[in-house]
Amino acid sequence: MKISLTRRYKFAASHRLHSPQLNEEANQRMYGKCNNPYGHGHNYSLEVTVTGPVDASTGMIANLGELDPFVQREVIEAFDYKYLNEDVAEFRSLVPTTENVCREIYRRLKSFPAARLERVRIEETSKNSFEYDGR
Amino acid sequence: MIKLTRKVEFSAAHFYQNPQFSAEENQRVFGKCSNTHGHGHNYTLEVTIAGEPDPTSGMVLDLKELKDILQREVVDRMDHRHLNYEVPELAGKIPTCENIAAVIWTLLEPKIRKGKLDRVRLYESDDLFADCTAGNEEVRN
Repeated sequence: MKISLTRRYKFAASHRLHSPQLNEEANQRMYGKCNNPYGHGHNYSLEVTVTGPVDASTGMIANLGELDPFVQREVIEAFDYKYLNEDVAEFRSLVPTTENVCREIYRRLKSFPAARLERVRIEETSKNSFEYDGR
Repeated sequence: MIKLTRKVEFSAAHFYQNPQFSAEENQRVFGKCSNTHGHGHNYTLEVTIAGEPDPTSGMVLDLKELKDILQREVVDRMDHRHLNYEVPELAGKIPTCENIAAVIWTLLEPKIRKGKLDRVRLYESDDLFADCTAGNEEVRN
């Protein structure tokens, strides 16, 4: 059998969907109210899934005492209560759709040393969710 | 192929201590989870069965049958129990979410005779769960 461990984190952030490759009208048509100039926000729910052998001495794939501070440092501190388009450097040139937020968070967490990152899943609202597993 | 999922809940106590660790080491590795008298959770178990519906019944596996299996194999064993002391299948193992999910997989797999056990997902709380699926990654125990 294969075992994975998933931990859920929360962050609240604002964003605006606007592509510099499109004109104002095309942005409005493409993104609708998500293009409103001053941005809007969400309570994001982030699921981080790690996998690997269960360490017999701890019974764990990854100790939350290591995973929680890693995610806190790499993601939550950078994203929570921020305007993603400006406060997270990567989104100055990349539209912060939740697809792209998934990829960026995956990139930031990939180097977690104690277990293999299997998947990142984000609920932008209770109606939308996105997953990225690096493929 | 169809997948069906049944949910069941149980409440149990546990603590994390490795008898080979010193008291300080247990405290450092497991934090408040190592408190000697234990603590408890409301666990939520989701069990997913995969298979083709039987042409006569239209079912992969009768949910009543699955409910009875989960009651017998999991709830009767673990509900309102102390996982460190009262569940023989966990003896010698630290009752983490990963290890409990693996024990539940091992208990259920031979009992599912229609369809196949596809996934065991065990929530310890809203923000933590372990998944067991068929695969090659062995649990080192």
